[in-house]
Amino acid sequence: MEKITQVTGVAVPFRRSNVDTDQIIPAVYLKRVTKTGYDDGLFSSWRQDPDFILNQPAYQNPRILIAGSDFGTGSSREHAVWALRDFGFRAVISPKFADIFRGNAGKQGLLTGVVDEETVERLWQALEAEPGMEATVDLVARTVTVGNVTVEFEIDDYTRWRLLEGLDDIGLTLRDEQAITDFEGRREAWRPTTLPAR
Amino acid sequence: MSGKTLAEKVWESHLVAKGENGEPDLLYIDLHLVHEVTSPQAFDGLRMAGRPVRRPDLTIATEDHNTPTLEIHKPIAEPTSRIQIETLRKNAAEFGIRLHSLGDVEQGIVHVVGPQLGLTMPGITVVCGDSHTSTHGAFGALAMGIGTSEVEHVLATQTLPLKPFKTMAITVEGELKPGVTAKDIILAVIAKIGTGGGQGYVLEYRGSAIRSLSMDGRMTICNMSIEAGARAGMVAPDETTYAYLNGRPHAPTGADWDAAVAHWETLKTDDDAVFDAEVFLDANELEPFVTWGTNPGQGVSLSQTVPDPTTIIDANERAAAERALEYMDLPAGTPMKEIAVDAVFMGSCTNSRLDDLRAFASIIKGQKKADGVRVMVVPGSARVRLEAEAEGLHQIIEEFGAEWRFAGCSMCLGMNPDQLAPGERCASTSNRNFEGRQGKGGRTHLVSPLVAAATAIRGTLSSPADLIAMGIEVDPAYTGIEGVSA
Repeated sequence: MEKITQVTGVAVPFRRSNVDTDQIIPAVYLKRVTKTGYDDGLFSSWRQDPDFILNQPAYQNPRILIAGSDFGTGSSREHAVWALRDFGFRAVISPKFADIFRGNAGKQGLLTGVVDEETVERLWQALEAEPGMEATVDLVARTVTVGNVTVEFEIDDYTRWRLLEGLDDIGLTLRDEQAITDFEGRREAWRPTTLPAR
Repeated sequence: MSGKTLAEKVWESHLVAKGENGEPDLLYIDLHLVHEVTSPQAFDGLRMAGRPVRRPDLTIATEDHNTPTLEIHKPIAEPTSRIQIETLRKNAAEFGIRLHSLGDVEQGIVHVVGPQLGLTMPGITVVCGDSHTSTHGAFGALAMGIGTSEVEHVLATQTLPLKPFKTMAITVEGELKPGVTAKDIILAVIAKIGTGGGQGYVLEYRGSAIRSLSMDGRMTICNMSIEAGARAGMVAPDETTYAYLNGRPHAPTGADWDAAVAHWETLKTDDDAVFDAEVFLDANELEPFVTWGTNPGQGVSLSQTVPDPTTIIDANERAAAERALEYMDLPAGTPMKEIAVDAVFMGSCTNSRLDDLRAFASIIKGQKKADGVRVMVVPGSARVRLEAEAEGLHQIIEEFGAEWRFAGCSMCLGMNPDQLAPGERCASTSNRNFEGRQGKGGRTHLVSPLVAAATAIRGTLSSPADLIAMGIEVDPAYTGIEGVSA
């Protein structure tokens, strides 16, 4: 997983709340056998509408999503995070995230920051004043900056540390690699091996 | 300090790192079984992160969920099924994993393949992206189903972070009556403790009735531990286990065998160990058991009637029973033995091993199936199919009017073309009677192989003893009735 310290790029003022994971990516996209390539499924029904914000020229190649409250509710599908990531998003800011979505995001290298409702409104207004402007999410300082507006966001220390270090679950376990290797050295000869095939 | 249970001993002997401050323990995984449905994203995740499979030599893959059971030489017609199989083949080649593909003699249901190769053995940890991994607990292994992210984790690290469990003893003492099998024991256990009764627990099956079962029977019991919501199910290893393993392709040999047996002998739960919960069942009282509803806990003895939901006190259970009976199209009070079926499915990781096929064949031998009933027999693996054919079981099955198929998961979950039509009713030796599991609108009654066989003959849910009234001679071993002929 890539280490994240700072995300800078086009920020989208996403004036919607209760965005559930079925909206983020519908079930029809779940039949695939890959862990990437879900960008076409992101918000696929909303993207049918030419006026949808992600279809507007100002918001192409976005990196940061500034969303309303209760983002990522519903189904536990990890595909919702994959779709956002594959589309190019590296950070989502919202007043409130669904627990499972936020957990999945932290494991997959998608930064989720919490700000209050008033702050999200300030960020939206700043972005809408100049559509397509870049913003910066600074994970070290826990701040979001849009033009001359800088606000703080919340993220728990553990997830922040994992993102800063670029540690997914496997990366975390591999910090114990020496212990795994030591264990393998003690593993008895009678225990099963599948190779060579007998 | 009190003694330890079997499950605790296996857990502790696999600790790589002890979790602190409520973090999970890190456990080493001895054997990772892989199939085509839950592995593609795991391999893709490895590819994205540039990680290899840490121990290809502790990993084995087979094709089972999507494989056709007819004309297996032809390309798979359904695109999603075909893509999943093709993806597994590509991934296995790229990451150096041993794969048994359709047509290979070791291909079959992943939970049949591991034991038959002698890879599943006492005192090891086994995982697979499939909930019925609990099957392997029959050997005294700690065997758990996992999700796709965890599959990736095990592929990359050969370990898994796991939260501690509670232990439950399920003691079945006594002697089973003729015609009563391992399947009836586990259906009765689930009816007793409920589909959530095992949640958070590793179950240990104990007692004289369990000890007297073959390995195939013990696998049937452990297989359905997950239907009680349990993390895993286990049986302590004994001479039956060793006899099954000895001489199998991957079983230890020579000094390794002696060292293994010496270790396996230490695994039994200590006399002074304390379980977090205990359940007792009297084997002498058990009868053939069948389900009437849409979860595996909704079962009764075959001699009973469909329960009346209005007599159920718990409001949630009452509502669930009402919904189930509506879906199953069964009036309360119907004698179970009067329920007519359209199909009989003999197969699945619960009941598709050689013992199961032998039991089924011994009942149907020389008989004809009931008119209008479709009977499908699907061996658990290509090797089981060969072994059955070497004994002539396929002839018995085909002369009976049943279909003798190739190996796979088949109609247990209908990911391949083997499905029930809407409204069809099936006596099935599988493990889940969920709505639509065997095909949209299909209705499932879970039964043992003996009940499946007798049902295929009579056309209604039946035990072997019910055949005697039809003038059919049945081995007294299955009826307890000597020398009766009409």
